[in-house]
Amino acid sequence: MPADYLPILFFAVVAVVLSAIAVLMPALFGPKRPTSVKLAPYESGKLPIGPARRRFSIQYYLYAVLFILFDVEIVFLFPWAVVFRDLAPRWLGLAEAAVFVLILLLGLAYVWKKGGLEWE
Amino acid sequence: MEISLPTFDFLVVAPEIVVLITALLVMVVDMVIGREQKGRLAWVALVGVLAAGALSYYLWDGSDPALHDMLAADGYALFLNLAILVAAALAILFSLEYTGRVGLAQGEYYTLLLLSTAGMMLMAAAINLMTIFLALEILSISLYVLVGLNRAERRSAEAALKYFVLGAFASGFLLYGMALIYGQAGTTSLAGIRAAVQAGGEPSALLLVGLGLMIAGFGFKVALVPFQMWTPDVYQGAPTSVTAFMSVGAKVAGFAALGRVALYAFGDLQGDWRWVLAVLSALTMTVGNLAALRQANLKRMLAYSSIAHAGYALAGLAAGNAQGTSGLLFYLFAYAFMNAGAFAIIIAAGRFEGATGGGETLDDFAGLAARKPGLAVAMALFMLSLAGVPPLAGFLAKLYVFGAAVRGGLIWLAVFGVVNSVISAYYYLRVVVSMYMREGRPAAVPAPVCAGLQVGVALAAVAIVLLGLWPGPIVDLARVAALALLGG
Amino acid sequence: MVPASYYLILSAILFTVGAVGVLIRRNALVVFMSVEMMLNAANLTLLTYSRFLGDVQGQVFVLLVIAVAAAEVAVGLAIVVALFRHEATTDVDEANLLHG
Repeated sequence: MPADYLPILFFAVVAVVLSAIAVLMPALFGPKRPTSVKLAPYESGKLPIGPARRRFSIQYYLYAVLFILFDVEIVFLFPWAVVFRDLAPRWLGLAEAAVFVLILLLGLAYVWKKGGLEWE
Repeated sequence: MEISLPTFDFLVVAPEIVVLITALLVMVVDMVIGREQKGRLAWVALVGVLAAGALSYYLWDGSDPALHDMLAADGYALFLNLAILVAAALAILFSLEYTGRVGLAQGEYYTLLLLSTAGMMLMAAAINLMTIFLALEILSISLYVLVGLNRAERRSAEAALKYFVLGAFASGFLLYGMALIYGQAGTTSLAGIRAAVQAGGEPSALLLVGLGLMIAGFGFKVALVPFQMWTPDVYQGAPTSVTAFMSVGAKVAGFAALGRVALYAFGDLQGDWRWVLAVLSALTMTVGNLAALRQANLKRMLAYSSIAHAGYALAGLAAGNAQGTSGLLFYLFAYAFMNAGAFAIIIAAGRFEGATGGGETLDDFAGLAARKPGLAVAMALFMLSLAGVPPLAGFLAKLYVFGAAVRGGLIWLAVFGVVNSVISAYYYLRVVVSMYMREGRPAAVPAPVCAGLQVGVALAAVAIVLLGLWPGPIVDLARVAALALLGG
Repeated sequence: MVPASYYLILSAILFTVGAVGVLIRRNALVVFMSVEMMLNAANLTLLTYSRFLGDVQGQVFVLLVIAVAAAEVAVGLAIVVALFRHEATTDVDEANLLHG
């Protein structure tokens, strides 16, 4: 029922209003004396080196792809885990999921052996 | 609540499982053996393919078992398994030396080849929209990588990109079509769709749109006009052994699923899809042949020729009767030998010194008969069979599909097919003339041809002669397979 | 309850946008995104029908499609990287060695 979600709506409104105040108040009332140091992007207290928009190492891409591949397979384990207690016979359900995970592990071993996990 | 797990009769999909396990085995063996022993992976793969072939033959007792509305091991699937496994086995034989020469990573190569083979077999066995989609993606994704596996060659990466973009595009159409059909029929099982179509009376527009989108999706995979534009680029850019495999395997698998969907699930709507397939068939053969006439590169020529052959084979499907279906099956079986064989000769020719076109141009074949009489005879057989010259397998295959089209009332389509065959003879014979009548350049020294490739070529050549002279057993098998699909 | 036709029309629009995107965009990554959009439009259709038919097959199908789409895009990105190594571009029209 929509009425059940009223607290969430309330929470969302409060969050938006509070953060709007936090952003707007200094902008409206604070003193503004910009210097080049103040305008530089904040980089954990370090001096920024070069522009922020630059090419990333191809290594990130490889990791991202590997992550997605293994991550998405979880989609099959969730429904299985939810109904696991009701499966009959249970050992068969376990065995089937084990075969699935085993094949995934084989893929992981392959990536490892081929050096896909080395940061070089 | 208790959910009792279904029991599986794994014997039903034993050939597919054997191929998949072999693929994983190749991967594991590749991890543990040294660089100089990689050549042995091919033999592991070959043993797996042969075992799967033997199992397919052994399973074929007419009982047509099925795995939970998902996969069936009926005569139709098992017959197509044989054609697919022939293509895989020939491709492995042709790759023995080629992979080393071009520098393809052998572990990945054979693993992906086997995975793709498994996808094709699953597609032939699939009796559910879900399994059709999964099988298609298993075979396609493996093929995308195989096409781009030659990392030293920019053309290979380019072909892979083109194949991937258009293949994924086609998958989208196919999936959307499936979603619409699911909505109208209320089930993803082909048997359920068949029942819904039979009960439904006048089909809803969305159902027909769904079928149309699925035909478009399969049309991409088997290269029907107007979904064929990727074919020449991909066939040319891919490593030649991959082209030999995919030109046969992907086509067989695509026709397998298209046949099952059209003839079985939508069998009662023949009046709605037959004319579409007939028009596509006529267009496909004509466009393929006319474009093939202009090609100087043999790989491109064979790509256009393979488009034309998709058109001929589709005529059997458009006929919509049992003769047409068994004709289509025989066609695909014969095509596996003659087309893969033709690409094998290109692989061999690429090794000749002075083969400036990488063994891919007509000039590289000039005077081949004097230097390599065996290869030249085999190439001539493949070309003549593709052209449809009696008494070779290609002739009978065309005879069956066009005969079925006439019986199905599509006389105009048969006339189209015959005229097209005559046109196609020109470019096939040009290769033969080049081999036998022209002088080769003196620099073109033949290199020794790998024994595995020789065996593969010899097998393919013998097969097309035998199929042409003594087609009885295979035609009988194809007839049984067609009946398994259409139901007595 | 929102009628099924709303979802179906939305997914038809998404599918069309995706298909047009594949045809007219040149950046390979945008083309991949368009393909994903087509697949997800089909997923939405499947889910809609699954919900309104009260049938679970459609949802199972969607799970399979999601996994397949991830595998597909991983391979697609790998191909783009392979091509990028040769010519430092992600423009699909720059892939023009093969023609005739």
